Amino acid sequence: MDLTFASISDIAEAVQNKKVSAKEVAEHFAKRIATLDEKLNSFTTKNDQAIKDAEALDTRIAKGENVGPLAGVPFGIKEMFCTKGLKTTAGSKILENFVPPYDATVVARLKAAGIVVMGKLNQDEFAMGSSNETSFHGPTKNPWKLDCVPGGSSGGSAAAQAARLVAGTLGTDTGGSIRQPASFCGIVGVKPTYGRVSRYGIIAYASSLDQAGPMVSSVKDAALTMEVISGFDSFDSTTTQRPVPAWSKNLKSDVKGMKIGLMKEYMSGSLHPDVQKTVENSIETLKKMGAEIVEVSVPMSEFAVPVYYLIAASEASSNLARYDGVKYGHRAEFKNLSAVELETFYGKTRGEGFGKEVKRRIMLGTYCLSSGYYDAYYNKAGQVRRLIMNEYLEAFKKCDVILSPVTTAPAFKIGERISDPLTMYLNDIFTTSTNLAGLPGMSVPFGLSQENLPIGIQLTASHFEEQKMLDVAFALESASPVKGKNPHVI
Amino acid sequence: MIDKKTIEHIAKLARLQVSDEEAQEYSTQLAKALGHFEQISKVNTAGIEPLVTPTEIESFWREDVVKQEFTAEEMTANAPAKAGNLFKVPPVV
Repeated sequence: MDLTFASISDIAEAVQNKKVSAKEVAEHFAKRIATLDEKLNSFTTKNDQAIKDAEALDTRIAKGENVGPLAGVPFGIKEMFCTKGLKTTAGSKILENFVPPYDATVVARLKAAGIVVMGKLNQDEFAMGSSNETSFHGPTKNPWKLDCVPGGSSGGSAAAQAARLVAGTLGTDTGGSIRQPASFCGIVGVKPTYGRVSRYGIIAYASSLDQAGPMVSSVKDAALTMEVISGFDSFDSTTTQRPVPAWSKNLKSDVKGMKIGLMKEYMSGSLHPDVQKTVENSIETLKKMGAEIVEVSVPMSEFAVPVYYLIAASEASSNLARYDGVKYGHRAEFKNLSAVELETFYGKTRGEGFGKEVKRRIMLGTYCLSSGYYDAYYNKAGQVRRLIMNEYLEAFKKCDVILSPVTTAPAFKIGERISDPLTMYLNDIFTTSTNLAGLPGMSVPFGLSQENLPIGIQLTASHFEEQKMLDVAFALESASPVKGKNPHVI
Repeated sequence: MIDKKTIEHIAKLARLQVSDEEAQEYSTQLAKALGHFEQISKVNTAGIEPLVTPTEIESFWREDVVKQEFTAEEMTANAPAKAGNLFKVPPVV
Protein backbone atom coordinates (compact mmCIF):
# COMPACT_ATOMS: atom_id res chain seq x y z
CA MET A 1 0.00 0.00 0.00
CA ASP A 2 1.39 3.41 -0.96
CA LEU A 3 0.82 5.13 2.34
CA THR A 4 2.05 8.53 1.17
CA PHE A 5 -0.82 9.16 -1.22
CA ALA A 6 -3.45 6.89 0.32
CA SER A 7 -6.81 8.47 1.13
CA ILE A 8 -8.02 8.87 4.69
CA SER A 9 -10.63 6.13 4.22
CA ASP A 10 -8.09 3.74 2.65
CA ILE A 11 -5.70 4.17 5.57
CA ALA A 12 -8.49 3.73 8.12
CA GLU A 13 -9.78 0.62 6.39
CA ALA A 14 -6.31 -0.93 6.10
CA VAL A 15 -5.63 -0.25 9.78
CA GLN A 16 -9.00 -1.64 10.88
CA ASN A 17 -8.44 -4.78 8.76
CA LYS A 18 -4.90 -5.12 10.09
CA LYS A 19 -3.37 -4.88 6.59
CA VAL A 20 -1.08 -2.28 8.07
CA SER A 21 -0.64 -1.31 11.69
CA ALA A 22 -1.34 2.18 12.99
CA LYS A 23 2.25 2.16 14.23
CA GLU A 24 3.61 1.51 10.73
CA VAL A 25 1.48 4.36 9.37
CA ALA A 26 2.64 6.75 12.10
CA GLU A 27 6.29 5.75 11.54
CA HIS A 28 6.00 6.30 7.80
CA PHE A 29 4.65 9.83 8.20
CA ALA A 30 6.97 10.67 11.12
CA LYS A 31 9.87 9.87 8.80
CA ARG A 32 8.47 12.13 6.09
CA ILE A 33 8.08 14.95 8.61
CA ALA A 34 11.63 14.43 9.88
CA THR A 35 13.20 14.50 6.44
CA LEU A 36 11.04 17.00 4.54
CA ASP A 37 9.71 19.57 6.95
CA GLU A 38 12.97 21.47 7.34
CA LYS A 39 12.34 22.78 3.81
CA LEU A 40 8.79 23.87 4.64
CA ASN A 41 8.67 24.90 8.31
CA SER A 42 5.10 23.66 8.44
CA PHE A 43 5.39 21.92 11.84
CA THR A 44 5.83 23.95 15.02
CA THR A 45 5.58 21.08 17.53
CA LYS A 46 5.94 17.38 16.81
CA ASN A 47 4.01 14.95 18.97
CA ASP A 48 6.66 12.74 20.60
CA GLN A 49 3.91 10.38 21.72
CA ALA A 50 2.55 9.77 18.20
CA ILE A 51 4.08 6.31 17.76
CA LYS A 52 2.97 5.27 21.26
CA ASP A 53 -0.54 6.60 20.56
CA ALA A 54 -0.59 4.52 17.37
CA GLU A 55 0.57 1.43 19.26
CA ALA A 56 -2.23 1.91 21.76
CA LEU A 57 -4.70 1.92 18.86
CA ASP A 58 -3.18 -1.30 17.52
CA THR A 59 -3.63 -2.92 20.93
CA ARG A 60 -7.30 -1.93 20.97
CA ILE A 61 -7.80 -3.24 17.41
CA ALA A 62 -6.11 -6.53 18.39
CA LYS A 63 -8.70 -6.85 21.17
CA GLY A 64 -11.45 -6.51 18.56
CA GLU A 65 -12.43 -2.98 19.47
CA ASN A 66 -13.82 -0.60 16.86
CA VAL A 67 -11.52 2.38 17.20
CA GLY A 68 -13.50 4.63 14.86
CA PRO A 69 -13.90 5.63 11.23
CA LEU A 70 -10.51 7.39 11.07
CA ALA A 71 -8.50 4.56 12.68
CA GLY A 72 -4.79 5.29 12.58
CA VAL A 73 -5.05 8.24 10.18
CA PRO A 74 -2.13 10.64 10.84
CA PHE A 75 -3.34 14.21 11.27
CA GLY A 76 -1.69 17.58 11.69
CA ILE A 77 -3.53 20.21 13.72
CA LYS A 78 -3.30 23.95 13.20
CA GLU A 79 -1.81 25.74 16.20
CA MET A 80 -5.10 27.57 16.71
CA PHE A 81 -6.65 24.42 18.28
CA CYS A 82 -6.00 23.51 21.90
CA THR A 83 -4.46 20.05 22.22
CA LYS A 84 -4.12 18.48 25.64
CA GLY A 85 -0.48 18.26 26.65
CA LEU A 86 0.76 19.55 23.28
CA LYS A 87 2.08 23.09 22.94
CA THR A 88 -0.40 25.50 21.35
CA THR A 89 1.01 28.95 20.61
CA ALA A 90 -1.38 30.30 17.93
CA GLY A 91 1.82 31.40 16.18
CA SER A 92 2.44 34.02 18.88
CA LYS A 93 5.19 34.83 21.34
CA ILE A 94 2.52 35.70 23.89
CA LEU A 95 1.55 31.99 24.04
CA GLU A 96 5.09 30.73 23.52
CA ASN A 97 4.95 28.14 26.32
CA PHE A 98 1.24 27.44 26.52
CA VAL A 99 0.31 23.77 27.00
CA PRO A 100 -3.48 23.42 27.16
CA PRO A 101 -5.01 21.15 29.80
CA TYR A 102 -7.77 20.10 27.38
CA ASP A 103 -8.55 19.31 23.74
CA ALA A 104 -10.69 21.53 21.51
CA THR A 105 -13.99 19.73 20.80
CA VAL A 106 -13.02 19.07 17.17
CA VAL A 107 -9.68 17.58 18.23
CA ALA A 108 -11.40 15.42 20.86
CA ARG A 109 -13.87 14.19 18.22
CA LEU A 110 -11.09 13.37 15.75
CA LYS A 111 -9.19 11.50 18.46
CA ALA A 112 -12.32 9.57 19.42
CA ALA A 113 -12.64 8.65 15.72
CA GLY A 114 -9.14 7.14 15.82
CA ILE A 115 -6.73 9.72 14.38
CA VAL A 116 -3.11 9.96 15.50
CA VAL A 117 -1.99 13.55 16.13
CA MET A 118 1.44 13.95 14.52
CA GLY A 119 1.93 17.52 15.67
CA LYS A 120 0.93 21.15 15.45
CA LEU A 121 1.06 23.23 12.30
CA ASN A 122 2.31 26.73 11.61
CA GLN A 123 -0.03 29.64 11.01
CA ASP A 124 -0.17 33.41 10.91
CA GLU A 125 -0.13 34.86 14.43
CA PHE A 126 -3.66 34.47 15.88
CA ALA A 127 -4.77 33.61 12.31
CA MET A 128 -4.23 37.20 11.22
CA GLY A 129 -2.76 37.08 7.76
CA SER A 130 -3.15 35.83 4.22
CA SER A 131 0.39 34.59 3.68
CA ASN A 132 1.67 32.74 6.77
CA GLU A 133 4.41 35.33 7.19
CA THR A 134 3.30 36.77 10.55
CA SER A 135 4.00 33.65 12.62
CA PHE A 136 6.34 33.84 15.61
CA HIS A 137 7.82 30.57 14.28
CA GLY A 138 8.82 32.11 10.95
CA PRO A 139 7.20 31.75 7.54
CA THR A 140 6.04 28.45 6.06
CA LYS A 141 7.10 27.77 2.45
CA ASN A 142 4.86 26.66 -0.38
CA PRO A 143 5.85 23.07 -1.31
CA TRP A 144 5.20 23.80 -4.99
CA LYS A 145 7.71 26.67 -5.04
CA LEU A 146 9.76 27.29 -1.94
CA ASP A 147 10.14 31.05 -2.42
CA CYS A 148 6.34 31.50 -2.49
CA VAL A 149 3.90 31.75 0.41
CA PRO A 150 1.57 28.80 1.12
CA GLY A 151 -1.23 31.27 1.86
CA GLY A 152 -2.64 32.12 5.23
CA SER A 153 -3.53 31.82 7.88
CA SER A 154 -3.72 27.97 7.76
CA GLY A 155 -0.55 27.87 5.61
CA GLY A 156 1.17 25.24 7.74
CA SER A 157 -1.82 22.90 7.36
CA ALA A 158 -1.94 23.47 3.59
CA ALA A 159 1.80 22.96 3.08
CA ALA A 160 2.00 19.84 5.28
CA GLN A 161 -0.99 18.32 3.51
CA ALA A 162 0.21 19.19 -0.02
CA ALA A 163 3.62 17.67 0.76
CA ARG A 164 1.84 14.66 2.29
CA LEU A 165 3.60 14.89 5.61
CA VAL A 166 0.25 13.76 7.05
CA ALA A 167 -2.95 12.32 5.58
CA GLY A 168 -5.25 15.05 6.91
CA THR A 169 -5.13 18.44 8.59
CA LEU A 170 -7.42 20.85 10.36
CA GLY A 171 -7.58 24.57 9.65
CA THR A 172 -9.65 27.54 10.69
CA ASP A 173 -11.29 30.07 8.40
CA THR A 174 -12.22 33.58 9.57
CA GLY A 175 -12.05 35.37 6.21
CA GLY A 176 -10.75 32.69 3.86
CA SER A 177 -7.96 31.11 5.90
CA ILE A 178 -8.85 27.54 4.85
CA ARG A 179 -9.84 28.19 1.23
CA GLN A 180 -7.04 30.55 0.21
CA PRO A 181 -4.09 28.39 1.39
CA ALA A 182 -5.89 25.29 0.04
CA SER A 183 -6.00 27.02 -3.35
CA PHE A 184 -2.34 28.13 -3.16
CA CYS A 185 -1.18 24.60 -2.26
CA GLY A 186 -3.49 22.51 -4.46
CA ILE A 187 -5.53 20.72 -1.81
CA VAL A 188 -9.22 20.61 -0.82
CA GLY A 189 -10.27 22.97 1.98
CA VAL A 190 -13.77 23.31 3.40
CA LYS A 191 -15.25 26.01 5.63
CA PRO A 192 -18.57 24.58 6.87
CA THR A 193 -21.65 26.70 7.63
CA TYR A 194 -21.16 28.85 10.74
CA GLY A 195 -22.52 26.79 13.62
CA ARG A 196 -21.85 23.38 12.04
CA VAL A 197 -18.60 22.95 13.97
CA SER A 198 -17.86 23.76 17.58
CA ARG A 199 -15.44 26.60 18.30
CA TYR A 200 -14.81 25.35 21.86
CA GLY A 201 -11.05 25.15 22.38
CA ILE A 202 -10.20 27.10 19.25
CA ILE A 203 -8.20 30.18 20.21
CA ALA A 204 -10.66 32.98 19.47
CA TYR A 205 -9.87 35.55 16.79
CA ALA A 206 -13.23 36.91 15.55
CA SER A 207 -15.95 34.82 17.17
CA SER A 208 -18.79 35.58 14.76
CA LEU A 209 -16.65 34.63 11.76
CA ASP A 210 -14.30 31.79 12.89
CA GLN A 211 -15.12 28.27 11.75
CA ALA A 212 -12.98 25.10 11.66
CA GLY A 213 -12.75 22.73 8.73
CA PRO A 214 -10.75 20.00 7.00
CA MET A 215 -7.78 20.65 4.69
CA VAL A 216 -7.20 17.36 2.91
CA SER A 217 -6.35 15.79 -0.45
CA SER A 218 -9.79 14.91 -1.81
CA VAL A 219 -13.44 15.89 -1.61
CA LYS A 220 -14.35 12.51 -0.12
CA ASP A 221 -11.72 12.88 2.61
CA ALA A 222 -13.15 16.33 3.36
CA ALA A 223 -16.70 14.95 3.63
CA LEU A 224 -15.54 12.14 5.89
CA THR A 225 -13.62 14.47 8.20
CA MET A 226 -16.54 16.90 8.38
CA GLU A 227 -18.85 14.09 9.49
CA VAL A 228 -16.57 13.51 12.47
CA ILE A 229 -16.03 17.12 13.54
CA SER A 230 -19.52 18.57 12.93
CA GLY A 231 -22.50 18.64 15.26
CA PHE A 232 -23.93 20.18 18.38
CA ASP A 233 -21.62 20.87 21.31
CA SER A 234 -23.01 21.94 24.65
CA PHE A 235 -19.79 23.94 25.19
CA ASP A 236 -20.56 26.24 22.24
CA SER A 237 -23.97 27.91 22.19
CA THR A 238 -23.56 28.90 18.53
CA THR A 239 -23.44 25.27 17.32
CA THR A 240 -26.54 23.98 15.59
CA GLN A 241 -28.65 21.13 16.92
CA ARG A 242 -29.36 19.91 13.36
CA PRO A 243 -28.27 16.35 12.64
CA VAL A 244 -25.02 15.81 10.73
CA PRO A 245 -25.71 14.42 7.23
CA ALA A 246 -23.76 11.45 5.83
CA TRP A 247 -21.99 13.67 3.30
CA SER A 248 -19.38 11.10 2.22
CA LYS A 249 -21.96 8.35 1.58
CA ASN A 250 -24.26 10.69 -0.34
CA LEU A 251 -21.48 12.17 -2.46
CA LYS A 252 -22.32 12.13 -6.18
CA SER A 253 -20.61 13.63 -9.22
CA ASP A 254 -23.81 13.95 -11.23
CA VAL A 255 -24.49 17.66 -11.62
CA LYS A 256 -27.07 17.33 -14.41
CA GLY A 257 -29.74 19.98 -13.93
CA MET A 258 -27.93 21.70 -11.10
CA LYS A 259 -27.82 25.48 -11.31
CA ILE A 260 -24.37 27.00 -10.91
CA GLY A 261 -24.41 30.71 -10.13
CA LEU A 262 -21.75 33.09 -11.41
CA MET A 263 -21.61 36.31 -9.48
CA LYS A 264 -21.60 39.29 -11.80
CA GLU A 265 -19.49 41.29 -9.36
CA TYR A 266 -16.79 38.61 -9.15
CA MET A 267 -16.33 38.11 -12.87
CA SER A 268 -15.66 41.71 -13.83
CA GLY A 269 -12.60 42.41 -11.63
CA SER A 270 -9.00 42.16 -12.72
CA LEU A 271 -8.06 38.51 -12.50
CA HIS A 272 -4.67 36.97 -13.21
CA PRO A 273 -4.98 35.36 -16.69
CA ASP A 274 -4.17 31.88 -15.29
CA VAL A 275 -6.92 32.23 -12.67
CA GLN A 276 -9.33 33.52 -15.32
CA LYS A 277 -8.54 30.51 -17.52
CA THR A 278 -9.02 28.06 -14.64
CA VAL A 279 -12.43 29.58 -13.82
CA GLU A 280 -13.49 29.43 -17.49
CA ASN A 281 -12.35 25.79 -17.75
CA SER A 282 -14.34 24.85 -14.66
CA ILE A 283 -17.48 26.50 -16.06
CA GLU A 284 -17.07 24.68 -19.40
CA THR A 285 -16.55 21.38 -17.59
CA LEU A 286 -19.71 21.77 -15.53
CA LYS A 287 -21.68 22.82 -18.62
CA LYS A 288 -20.54 19.67 -20.43
CA MET A 289 -21.65 17.63 -17.43
CA GLY A 290 -25.15 19.04 -17.81
CA ALA A 291 -25.18 21.82 -15.22
CA GLU A 292 -26.95 25.06 -16.00
CA ILE A 293 -24.98 28.30 -15.57
CA VAL A 294 -26.97 31.27 -14.28
CA GLU A 295 -25.89 34.81 -13.51
CA VAL A 296 -26.54 36.04 -9.99
CA SER A 297 -25.76 39.33 -8.32
CA VAL A 298 -24.71 40.34 -4.81
CA PRO A 299 -24.02 44.07 -5.25
CA MET A 300 -23.23 44.60 -1.57
CA SER A 301 -20.25 42.24 -1.86
CA GLU A 302 -18.37 45.37 -2.94
CA PHE A 303 -18.25 46.25 0.76
CA ALA A 304 -17.27 42.78 2.03
CA VAL A 305 -13.57 43.52 2.60
CA PRO A 306 -14.00 46.71 4.68
CA VAL A 307 -16.92 45.17 6.62
CA TYR A 308 -14.91 42.02 7.25
CA TYR A 309 -11.76 43.77 8.47
CA LEU A 310 -13.78 46.13 10.62
CA ILE A 311 -15.74 43.35 12.33
CA ALA A 312 -12.73 41.01 12.59
CA ALA A 313 -10.45 43.68 14.09
CA SER A 314 -13.15 44.80 16.55
CA GLU A 315 -13.88 41.27 17.77
CA ALA A 316 -10.14 40.50 17.91
CA SER A 317 -9.43 43.55 20.07
CA SER A 318 -11.98 42.23 22.55
CA ASN A 319 -10.96 38.53 22.36
CA LEU A 320 -7.26 39.27 22.74
CA ALA A 321 -7.81 41.30 25.91
CA ARG A 322 -7.42 38.02 27.83
CA TYR A 323 -3.66 37.97 27.19
CA ASP A 324 -2.58 40.00 30.18
CA GLY A 325 0.46 38.11 31.45
CA VAL A 326 -1.26 36.94 34.66
CA LYS A 327 -2.80 33.52 34.02
CA TYR A 328 -0.78 32.16 31.11
CA GLY A 329 1.56 33.18 28.34
CA HIS A 330 4.39 35.68 28.12
CA ARG A 331 5.03 38.20 30.91
CA ALA A 332 7.47 41.10 30.63
CA GLU A 333 10.32 41.27 33.18
CA PHE A 334 9.71 43.53 36.21
CA LYS A 335 12.41 42.11 38.45
CA ASN A 336 14.22 45.25 39.58
CA LEU A 337 11.15 47.31 40.35
CA SER A 338 9.64 47.56 43.82
CA ALA A 339 6.22 48.22 42.32
CA VAL A 340 4.70 48.61 38.89
CA GLU A 341 1.62 50.41 37.58
CA LEU A 342 -1.05 47.98 36.42
CA GLU A 343 -1.37 49.63 33.00
CA THR A 344 2.40 49.40 32.53
CA PHE A 345 2.27 45.72 33.53
CA TYR A 346 -0.35 44.90 30.91
CA GLY A 347 1.00 47.31 28.27
CA LYS A 348 4.61 46.13 28.38
CA THR A 349 3.64 42.45 28.45
CA ARG A 350 1.23 42.82 25.53
CA GLY A 351 3.55 45.15 23.61
CA GLU A 352 6.33 42.55 23.81
CA GLY A 353 4.15 39.49 23.28
CA PHE A 354 2.13 40.46 20.21
CA GLY A 355 3.59 40.82 16.73
CA LYS A 356 3.16 43.80 14.43
CA GLU A 357 0.08 42.62 12.52
CA VAL A 358 -1.76 41.61 15.69
CA LYS A 359 -1.04 44.96 17.33
CA ARG A 360 -2.18 46.76 14.18
CA ARG A 361 -5.53 44.94 14.25
CA ILE A 362 -5.98 45.41 18.01
CA MET A 363 -5.40 49.15 17.52
CA LEU A 364 -7.80 49.26 14.59
CA GLY A 365 -10.47 47.32 16.47
CA THR A 366 -10.07 49.36 19.64
CA TYR A 367 -10.51 52.55 17.63
CA CYS A 368 -13.65 51.24 15.89
CA LEU A 369 -15.21 50.19 19.22
CA SER A 370 -14.23 53.36 21.08
CA SER A 371 -16.68 55.96 22.29
CA GLY A 372 -17.95 58.15 19.46
CA TYR A 373 -16.98 55.73 16.70
CA TYR A 374 -18.94 52.56 17.57
CA ASP A 375 -22.08 53.52 15.62
CA ALA A 376 -20.21 54.74 12.55
CA TYR A 377 -18.01 51.65 12.37
CA TYR A 378 -18.97 48.43 14.21
CA ASN A 379 -22.72 48.96 14.25
CA LYS A 380 -22.79 50.17 10.64
CA ALA A 381 -20.66 47.19 9.57
CA GLY A 382 -23.17 44.86 11.26
CA GLN A 383 -25.99 46.47 9.28
CA VAL A 384 -24.15 46.16 5.96
CA ARG A 385 -23.33 42.58 6.93
CA ARG A 386 -27.05 41.79 7.14
CA LEU A 387 -27.61 43.35 3.70
CA ILE A 388 -24.81 41.18 2.27
CA MET A 389 -26.35 38.03 3.80
CA ASN A 390 -29.84 38.91 2.55
CA GLU A 391 -28.53 39.39 -0.99
CA TYR A 392 -26.80 36.02 -0.86
CA LEU A 393 -30.00 34.31 0.33
CA GLU A 394 -31.83 35.92 -2.62
CA ALA A 395 -29.09 34.73 -5.01
CA PHE A 396 -29.46 31.17 -3.71
CA LYS A 397 -33.13 31.21 -4.76
CA LYS A 398 -31.80 31.23 -8.34
CA CYS A 399 -28.94 28.73 -8.04
CA ASP A 400 -27.70 25.75 -6.01
CA VAL A 401 -24.06 26.72 -5.72
CA ILE A 402 -22.05 29.85 -6.56
CA LEU A 403 -18.76 29.33 -8.40
CA SER A 404 -15.98 31.92 -8.21
CA PRO A 405 -12.22 32.34 -8.03
CA VAL A 406 -10.63 31.91 -4.58
CA THR A 407 -8.03 34.64 -5.08
CA THR A 408 -7.18 37.12 -7.82
CA ALA A 409 -3.81 35.43 -8.50
CA PRO A 410 -1.83 32.28 -7.62
CA ALA A 411 0.58 32.22 -4.64
CA PHE A 412 2.85 35.27 -4.43
CA LYS A 413 6.48 35.55 -3.37
CA ILE A 414 7.45 35.62 0.32
CA GLY A 415 7.94 39.25 1.39
CA GLU A 416 6.16 40.68 -1.64
CA ARG A 417 3.11 42.13 0.13
CA ILE A 418 3.96 42.09 3.82
CA SER A 419 4.82 45.82 4.07
CA ASP A 420 1.49 46.97 2.64
CA PRO A 421 -1.34 45.72 4.88
CA LEU A 422 -4.16 47.14 2.76
CA THR A 423 -2.98 45.33 -0.39
CA MET A 424 -2.71 42.16 1.70
CA TYR A 425 -6.25 42.69 3.05
CA LEU A 426 -7.60 43.07 -0.50
CA ASN A 427 -6.24 39.60 -1.21
CA ASP A 428 -9.30 38.26 0.61
CA ILE A 429 -11.80 39.88 -1.76
CA PHE A 430 -13.44 36.62 -2.91
CA THR A 431 -13.52 34.81 0.41
CA THR A 432 -14.62 37.22 3.16
CA SER A 433 -18.29 37.59 2.25
CA THR A 434 -18.84 33.84 2.82
CA ASN A 435 -17.80 34.29 6.45
CA LEU A 436 -19.84 37.46 6.89
CA ALA A 437 -22.96 35.61 5.71
CA GLY A 438 -22.05 32.40 7.61
CA LEU A 439 -22.22 30.34 4.41
CA PRO A 440 -20.30 27.14 3.69
CA GLY A 441 -17.48 27.54 1.17
CA MET A 442 -14.66 25.46 -0.20
CA SER A 443 -11.72 25.39 -2.57
CA VAL A 444 -11.08 22.49 -4.94
CA PRO A 445 -7.92 22.31 -7.11
CA PHE A 446 -8.65 22.79 -10.79
CA GLY A 447 -5.66 24.46 -12.49
CA LEU A 448 -1.96 25.14 -12.59
CA SER A 449 -0.41 28.48 -13.46
CA GLN A 450 2.28 28.96 -16.11
CA GLU A 451 4.72 28.87 -13.20
CA ASN A 452 3.36 25.51 -12.06
CA LEU A 453 1.50 26.85 -9.03
CA PRO A 454 -1.90 25.40 -8.09
CA ILE A 455 -5.16 27.32 -8.60
CA GLY A 456 -8.39 26.40 -6.83
CA ILE A 457 -12.04 27.03 -7.62
CA GLN A 458 -14.29 28.37 -4.87
CA LEU A 459 -17.76 26.94 -4.38
CA THR A 460 -20.27 28.49 -1.98
CA ALA A 461 -23.69 27.19 -0.96
CA SER A 462 -26.56 28.40 1.17
CA HIS A 463 -26.63 27.75 4.92
CA PHE A 464 -26.40 24.03 5.77
CA GLU A 465 -26.32 23.02 2.07
CA GLU A 466 -22.82 21.52 2.22
CA GLN A 467 -23.93 18.46 0.24
CA LYS A 468 -24.66 20.48 -2.91
CA MET A 469 -21.28 22.20 -2.66
CA LEU A 470 -19.44 18.92 -2.09
CA ASP A 471 -21.24 17.27 -5.03
CA VAL A 472 -20.18 20.03 -7.46
CA ALA A 473 -16.64 19.85 -6.06
CA PHE A 474 -16.67 16.04 -6.49
CA ALA A 475 -17.71 16.50 -10.13
CA LEU A 476 -14.98 19.08 -10.75
CA GLU A 477 -12.41 16.90 -9.00
CA SER A 478 -13.25 13.94 -11.26
CA ALA A 479 -12.41 16.07 -14.32
CA SER A 480 -9.66 18.19 -12.81
CA PRO A 481 -6.66 18.72 -15.10
CA VAL A 482 -4.40 18.70 -12.02
CA LYS A 483 -5.64 15.42 -10.58
CA GLY A 484 -2.71 13.35 -9.35
CA LYS A 485 -0.19 16.21 -9.72
CA ASN A 486 1.98 16.81 -6.70
CA PRO A 487 4.55 19.42 -5.61
CA HIS A 488 8.22 18.86 -6.46
CA VAL A 489 9.46 19.07 -2.89
CA ILE A 490 8.11 15.61 -2.16
CA MET B 1 -7.10 62.18 11.51
CA ILE B 2 -4.91 59.61 13.24
CA ASP B 3 -2.21 61.72 14.85
CA LYS B 4 0.34 60.71 17.47
CA LYS B 5 -2.03 61.76 20.28
CA THR B 6 -4.83 59.55 18.91
CA ILE B 7 -2.43 56.61 18.61
CA GLU B 8 -1.36 57.10 22.23
CA HIS B 9 -5.01 57.24 23.32
CA ILE B 10 -5.93 54.02 21.44
CA ALA B 11 -2.81 52.26 22.72
CA LYS B 12 -3.81 53.18 26.28
CA LEU B 13 -7.35 51.86 25.75
CA ALA B 14 -5.93 48.67 24.23
CA ARG B 15 -3.42 48.21 27.08
CA LEU B 16 -0.69 48.03 24.48
CA GLN B 17 2.72 49.64 24.73
CA VAL B 18 3.88 50.75 21.29
CA SER B 19 7.25 52.25 20.42
CA ASP B 20 7.57 55.67 18.76
CA GLU B 21 8.54 53.94 15.54
CA GLU B 22 5.45 51.70 15.72
CA ALA B 23 3.22 54.69 16.55
CA GLN B 24 4.48 56.47 13.46
CA GLU B 25 3.87 53.40 11.28
CA TYR B 26 0.41 52.69 12.74
CA SER B 27 -0.77 56.26 12.32
CA THR B 28 -0.19 56.07 8.54
CA GLN B 29 -1.55 52.52 8.21
CA LEU B 30 -4.58 53.08 10.44
CA ALA B 31 -5.52 56.23 8.55
CA LYS B 32 -5.33 54.27 5.29
CA ALA B 33 -7.41 51.36 6.63
CA LEU B 34 -10.02 53.65 8.21
CA GLY B 35 -10.21 55.59 4.93
CA HIS B 36 -11.01 52.27 3.26
CA PHE B 37 -13.64 51.53 5.93
CA GLU B 38 -15.32 54.90 5.19
CA GLN B 39 -16.72 53.31 2.01
CA ILE B 40 -19.51 51.74 4.04
CA SER B 41 -20.83 55.12 5.16
CA LYS B 42 -22.48 55.57 1.76
CA VAL B 43 -24.66 52.43 2.20
CA ASN B 44 -28.23 53.21 3.23
CA THR B 45 -28.85 51.09 6.33
CA ALA B 46 -31.87 52.91 7.78
CA GLY B 47 -33.93 50.53 9.89
CA ILE B 48 -31.59 47.55 9.37
CA GLU B 49 -30.89 45.42 12.41
CA PRO B 50 -27.12 44.68 12.67
CA LEU B 51 -26.20 41.03 12.05
CA VAL B 52 -24.16 39.59 14.87
CA THR B 53 -24.38 35.79 14.49
CA PRO B 54 -24.89 34.72 10.88
CA THR B 55 -26.93 31.54 11.47
CA GLU B 56 -29.79 30.80 13.81
CA ILE B 57 -28.97 29.98 17.40
CA GLU B 58 -31.22 27.49 19.12
CA SER B 59 -30.99 28.21 22.81
CA PHE B 60 -30.49 25.35 25.20
CA TRP B 61 -29.87 24.92 28.87
CA ARG B 62 -27.20 22.70 30.31
CA GLU B 63 -28.10 20.60 33.32
CA ASP B 64 -27.27 22.50 36.51
CA VAL B 65 -24.77 19.95 37.70
CA VAL B 66 -21.55 20.72 39.54
CA LYS B 67 -18.60 19.10 37.81
CA GLN B 68 -14.91 19.35 38.50
CA GLU B 69 -13.27 19.25 35.12
CA PHE B 70 -9.85 20.60 36.06
CA THR B 71 -7.80 20.66 39.20
CA ALA B 72 -6.28 23.88 40.56
CA GLU B 73 -2.84 22.55 39.55
CA GLU B 74 -4.00 22.11 35.95
CA MET B 75 -5.55 25.57 35.86
CA THR B 76 -2.43 27.29 37.14
CA ALA B 77 0.08 25.12 35.26
CA ASN B 78 0.68 27.76 32.58
CA ALA B 79 1.05 30.71 34.94
CA PRO B 80 4.17 32.83 34.31
CA ALA B 81 4.68 32.86 38.11
CA LYS B 82 2.76 31.25 40.94
CA ALA B 83 2.76 30.69 44.67
CA GLY B 84 1.24 27.29 45.40
CA ASN B 85 -1.95 27.28 43.40
CA LEU B 86 -2.20 31.06 43.24
CA PHE B 87 -1.22 33.34 40.36
CA LYS B 88 1.71 35.49 41.44
CA VAL B 89 2.11 39.03 40.09
CA PRO B 90 4.67 41.74 40.86
CA PRO B 91 3.58 44.39 43.41
CA VAL B 92 1.28 46.77 41.55
CA VAL B 93 0.15 50.29 42.36
